[in-house]
Amino acid sequence: MLGKLSWSAIPFDQPLPLYAMGVVGLVILAVLGIIARKGWWPYLWSEWLTSVDHKRIGVMYFILGLVMLIRGYSDAIMMRSQQAIAIGGAEGYLPPDHYNQIFSSHGTIMIFFVAMPFVIGLMNFVVPLQLGVRDVAFPVLNSVSFWLTASGALLINVSLVIGNFARTGWMCYPPLSELAFSQDVGVDYYLWLLLISGIGTLLAGINMVTTILKLRAPGMTYFRMPVFCWSALVSSILIVVAFPVLTATFVMLLLDRHLGAHFFTNDAGGNMMMYVNLFWAWGHPEVYILILPAFGIFSEVIATFSGKPLFSYHSMVYALLAICVLSFMVWLHHFFTMGASADVNAFFGIMSMIIGVPTGVKVFNWLFTMFRGRLVFRTPVLFSLGFIVTFVIGGMTGVLLAVPPIDFVLHNSVFLVAHFHNVIIGGVVFGAMAGYNYWFPKAFGFTLSEGWGKASFWCWIIGFYLAFTPLYVLGLMGMTRRLQHIADPTWRPLLLVAELGAIVIFLAILCQAMQLYVSIRTRESRRDVTGDPWNGRTLEWSTSSPPPAYNFAVLPRVETIDAFSEMKRRGVRAAVQSAYEKIEMPRNSPLAFVIAFFAVVAGFALIWQMWWLAILGLLAILVMVMVFGWSEDRQHEISAAEMARMERARLARGRPA
Amino acid sequence: MTATTLEKVRPELVRGRGGGGPASTRTVVAYGFWIFILSDITMFSALFAAYAVLSDRTAGGPTASEVINLRHVFIETMCLLASSYTCGLGALSAERRQPDRYLVYSVLTFVLGAAFLLIEIADFADMARMGAGPSRSAFLSAFWALVGMHGAHVTSGLLWLVYMVAQVLAKGLLPHVLRRQLCFSLFWHALDIIWVGVLTVVYLMGAR
Repeated sequence: MLGKLSWSAIPFDQPLPLYAMGVVGLVILAVLGIIARKGWWPYLWSEWLTSVDHKRIGVMYFILGLVMLIRGYSDAIMMRSQQAIAIGGAEGYLPPDHYNQIFSSHGTIMIFFVAMPFVIGLMNFVVPLQLGVRDVAFPVLNSVSFWLTASGALLINVSLVIGNFARTGWMCYPPLSELAFSQDVGVDYYLWLLLISGIGTLLAGINMVTTILKLRAPGMTYFRMPVFCWSALVSSILIVVAFPVLTATFVMLLLDRHLGAHFFTNDAGGNMMMYVNLFWAWGHPEVYILILPAFGIFSEVIATFSGKPLFSYHSMVYALLAICVLSFMVWLHHFFTMGASADVNAFFGIMSMIIGVPTGVKVFNWLFTMFRGRLVFRTPVLFSLGFIVTFVIGGMTGVLLAVPPIDFVLHNSVFLVAHFHNVIIGGVVFGAMAGYNYWFPKAFGFTLSEGWGKASFWCWIIGFYLAFTPLYVLGLMGMTRRLQHIADPTWRPLLLVAELGAIVIFLAILCQAMQLYVSIRTRESRRDVTGDPWNGRTLEWSTSSPPPAYNFAVLPRVETIDAFSEMKRRGVRAAVQSAYEKIEMPRNSPLAFVIAFFAVVAGFALIWQMWWLAILGLLAILVMVMVFGWSEDRQHEISAAEMARMERARLARGRPA
Repeated sequence: MTATTLEKVRPELVRGRGGGGPASTRTVVAYGFWIFILSDITMFSALFAAYAVLSDRTAGGPTASEVINLRHVFIETMCLLASSYTCGLGALSAERRQPDRYLVYSVLTFVLGAAFLLIEIADFADMARMGAGPSRSAFLSAFWALVGMHGAHVTSGLLWLVYMVAQVLAKGLLPHVLRRQLCFSLFWHALDIIWVGVLTVVYLMGAR
């Protein structure tokens, strides 16, 4: 009846996760209680949870990323502390089994539930506004994508208290992840929850590709699209091509575990290196799925705050497209030590260096955009400058690791850990933070506090260098990754510096929380009434902040790159029109929320092998999809008179340029 | 032909490419579904790759030529190719608003698809009986996964076809029903394309 689930699944003998979850549970209950007391549930349900508005879904993605950032950070600080304590004779406070789960969940959470929601959330919010259209191609599907991602995030947190998480590292390599060596549900949690959220991500990618290629304002040809849209397009194409490979790989590992198949086993002809190859055939494009939208954000931020068009727009686009293709030709550099021949390793080493060329083109374009511009040092600009410096260093250590003989020395060391944190924090996280500070006024109608934003930036960058420079050094000294105990006491000083860095990053997160709190409290004095607080160049700044649900009453006509700059130059201003046309907007739908609910039920049942419940959950999803697939009335019409009334009210409130 | 003249002659070609703003719903839906099919084909490519790597890892168990029945596979292939033809005729009848013809062709498509599936299931049952199940060897794991995944797609295609016909019967050939029918026929043809790959890589190359 309950499959493998029993009371022993709850770790009563390990107080740490129980306390942690107790506190989290109390916080969640308190939040739900406050919402109920204030009577916000109907609002929350009808305006957010069932919303199919791309702007709201984008915001919810970003909030999910922020919440999971705290979870992923908790894992990080626990690992840093363990490594700072458990040196020489000391044992530390985390037993090996628990420690292994923590480094596995840290990686899984940070990639799939922090970086991805940040990136997809910003794409969701910004792309339709920049394209000058009213929503994405498939608004209901968009909310399904979000809620499936949230389902995965929920399940990974459930694994804290019910059962356990994988101890395999976030890549979940066989043979360790095979049933023979990982018999409990840890690996099943990993596989099923990533399958669920992976479907969400794939659908988001399909939606975004279709939106960008088929829904653009009149006159917006490909080479008039803002660079952020280009980066979102390339990133989404990579999602569409890479994520199915991950799905297939996980299905094969599940078949190994549950049906006794032999894809990756030691015996009966299985090939465990095939898993590693397939995993990185997804995994390498994945790093570009994350970083390319960040490149897009920096391009927008730097051009806007330099008061100049982006330097060499066309080379920027071609560099993005080159990276799109090349990203599928470098996967083997993640495992040069597999035993491939020297020729194979040399090919992938050279390809990995070549992919640095288009990235270098982009760095020079950003530098030349700032050159002779009037750079305004707002928070997003600080993050962009911090990114350029940090990312170039990370790129250079990457080129080092791309040399196979060097990789043989450094592979599996904390040098590698330092390298990828260097590019992911310095690239993706800084990009997300730049985007957050840049587009926040568009989303909520008021700017964020500069003081706290700058404090947060300085804590992020100082904390980053303190935490990861020691790891470069320790890696060169021979420290391997994922050590639960450190034998060499001479590494202690550097490990303590790294611990200090992690604490400074915590201050950065605190500053961010303070920034949000202070900005909300003082929002009246920081209202953005023009809709264009930064003298922006692209169409999202031509509508009010926050934009109306329909974004644009009349779709803008685009005649150049940086369409809004051109409009301002020619003095085109939004005004109450004499006549409006009726428009159709998608109706809100609880479909996604309900599907996600059953996805959690089915996922949990599959993890614990309660087959009857799994079948019920999946059937429920099928029925929901069939009911929705039968419906026809998914749009509601806003009449011309209603549009005129809403537009008059909106334009009276603020005066968009 | 310059963009402006094209806009006059074939406005639907220019819409969505930037000339005239957002594309029509029909184009958007079909295009999005087409992208989904591409992603599905990528998923199959991973299974094909796994099969290619593992096809000679028989671990002392049955080899490809021992488990393959080319006569059955020939009939299967003919059924599926013919079903694609009838599916195409059904799609044309739907576009011409001929529900009766659409119904006949859909029934034919279903029967041919079901025949394909039944032969495949019978072959799988034979294999299981002779001890050639997916847990026997890495080759058989890859075989079952690749062929079985295609079979699972055909199964869901058949269910979708029933659901599609039910919608046509209940509502008639309305624009939104036609859009869904278009997606279905794209899906059904894609299964044929994948089957040609399976036929070549698994059956023809394996039977040698």
